Amino acid sequence: MKLLIKNGRIINPATKKDQIQDLYVEEGIITQIEDTIDKKDVQIIDANNCWVVPGLIDVHVHLREPGYEYKETIASGSRSAAKGGFTTICPMPNTNPVVDNEILVEYILLKAEKQAVINVLPVGAITKGQKGEELANIGKMKEAGICAISEDGRSVLNASLLKKAMIYSKMFDLPILSHCEDDSLAGSGSMNAGETATILGLKGIPDEAEEIIVARDIMLAEKTGAKLHICHVSTAGSVEIIKRAKEKNIHVTAEVTPHHFTLTEEAVKGFDANAKMNPPLRTKKDVEIMKSALKDGTIDIIATDHAPHHIDEKNCEFEKAANGIVGFETSVALTITELVDKGFLTPMEMIEKMSYNPAKLIGIDKGNLDIGKVADITIIDPEKVYKVDASTFLSKSKNTPFDGREVKGQVKYTIVNGVIKYQL
Amino acid sequence: MWTRKDMLGLNDLTKEEILQILTLANEMKPIIDNRALSTNSLKDTSIVSLFYENSTRTKMSFALASKYLGATFSDLGINTSSVAKGESLIDTGVTLDQMGTDIIIMRHGMTGAPHILAKNVKASVVSGGDGTNEHPTQGLLDLFTIMESKKNFEGLKVAIIGDIMHSRVARSNIFGLTKLGAKVVLSGPTTLVSKGLEVLGAEVNNNVKAAVKDADVVMGLRVQLERQKGGMFPDLREYAQLFGVDKKVLDLAKEDALLMHPGPVNRGVELTSEIIDGKQSAINIQVKNGVAVRMALLTLLAQARKI
Repeated sequence: MKLLIKNGRIINPATKKDQIQDLYVEEGIITQIEDTIDKKDVQIIDANNCWVVPGLIDVHVHLREPGYEYKETIASGSRSAAKGGFTTICPMPNTNPVVDNEILVEYILLKAEKQAVINVLPVGAITKGQKGEELANIGKMKEAGICAISEDGRSVLNASLLKKAMIYSKMFDLPILSHCEDDSLAGSGSMNAGETATILGLKGIPDEAEEIIVARDIMLAEKTGAKLHICHVSTAGSVEIIKRAKEKNIHVTAEVTPHHFTLTEEAVKGFDANAKMNPPLRTKKDVEIMKSALKDGTIDIIATDHAPHHIDEKNCEFEKAANGIVGFETSVALTITELVDKGFLTPMEMIEKMSYNPAKLIGIDKGNLDIGKVADITIIDPEKVYKVDASTFLSKSKNTPFDGREVKGQVKYTIVNGVIKYQL
Repeated sequence: MWTRKDMLGLNDLTKEEILQILTLANEMKPIIDNRALSTNSLKDTSIVSLFYENSTRTKMSFALASKYLGATFSDLGINTSSVAKGESLIDTGVTLDQMGTDIIIMRHGMTGAPHILAKNVKASVVSGGDGTNEHPTQGLLDLFTIMESKKNFEGLKVAIIGDIMHSRVARSNIFGLTKLGAKVVLSGPTTLVSKGLEVLGAEVNNNVKAAVKDADVVMGLRVQLERQKGGMFPDLREYAQLFGVDKKVLDLAKEDALLMHPGPVNRGVELTSEIIDGKQSAINIQVKNGVAVRMALLTLLAQARKI
């Protein structure tokens, strides 16, 4: 398989190069990058006016398999991700059963090999059954191929156990992806605690439910030297805590989701369950802080927290509705519309946060479009303006608050190992 | 002209709509004691109650209001219905729709549940209380009771004392009273009455005596025992002594102040028996007025369906 991508704007954060060139792929490897390459008898992609970037990597996704195949499968989720420009995704372990041993890791990898169109690197649980009682088989799961551990969906509330997990996982060089939520403070809240919750009469989840665990986990990471990554940061206070930790050179990274830098708690008005997530959508001030934290580098990664749910789990009583939204197929467009177009990120910084930094976090040799690297490539038309249409999503689920929203930026090709896996 | 399909909360209503209901309630009230006055104007209307939470007065009040107007009233007992088999709210609503139900009266433990049902059914949906959001017909009957006694709302001071944070009754009253020009002061322990509630348009004063001072209306709210377990206050004894309203506190209000409570009352906790049974108490009148405002509301909703 030979592929020539012509006239694209090649943006490579690994080398900080950003110029219009041709790129040639042979046998799944990038072999040539030149101002002009001419080849005969090869497949040619005209990338005129498009960005050619290292394949996007999403370190926080839910593929729902095994256990919740009516929401999503590895097959459907990977196609949805490919359409969104992702070449590598990391599914969280909160499936049924929970991914807490090597057998389940092998199951997912086997399924992915047979049915996925992109790279799938599973995340293992921190504790058995995510029950917060005993360590999961972290070492055996690492052997089987996990890229990180996480209790996503909840926190390990027992600080002593989390500390042991940090000490143990360090030995396997696995990052800890930390969902930060103190149950006792979050209570039975179903949206951000604040003015909108007061007006709607809904119980709120206060900022400190997140911040107190962010602070605790950072303190433990400082003591243990573990590689800590804070998932879906949603409050200005968390950003402040992370910023201070980075100033002290504590090993911590952080991600934000497109919905947390785009929407506020106001989206819940009318009891629209597609605006219900955990952590909840916060205030305008928090959204502004998310954007500036992306700009100043406090937040390293943009991750979707792709969370498919069946329509019946959303079209019901708001307080009963499931948390989360699908994210693969709107991530690039929302990032370009809200961050690049509005001057918070350069295209280079965007790709750094959607490919290079995620690769670094999980320790894989990707996120780099240099010669000799594996040809995982995404081609984006950054100027295309259109309306999001959830009915066209390749995900099994359509739970998005962005349906009908006008956005800018569209993925045209997703290439994995030198093979086109998605084409607009 | 009333055009609204559903009655989900007083926060949605205009001042004019509220007054329209209260005015009609005044016309309806004599029917309660003299059924011969009824014209059976809702004889073609089918009304079903769907209560996911327990209720004595609200459900019975709706049932009697329906019957006094000649409507067909049926109660779907949740425990004996398919809801107990796990049928979803929307499926239950659509089923009632197909049977020709005109008005569904619904109570639900979750905020916003009637709003979801209203979006999915052709029938008119009336909230009989949803989660910690609103209890609109209780709010209306309270407004009606105040109007009967005080004639108008402009400049009135209404003190609401108790667990405001979890009270849908308080919230409907706040929305309604502020729209009609009354001043609302909320009081109780800071764990149940926070400053954040001021976004609703009321004033917060955690000193009960200061809140009651010179009030035209003093409204007590039921204290739920489970709030104590939730750590909101130490125990009922401390609550009663620090935040309960007794004769001495009530005397700080205006001489002709009205004492109200949505019931059921914990005698000796939020209010003392002395004032519950005293001459300023409107608690029993509230119950009667509840039937009148529900008759008015059902009439308006049924009329709007015919347009």
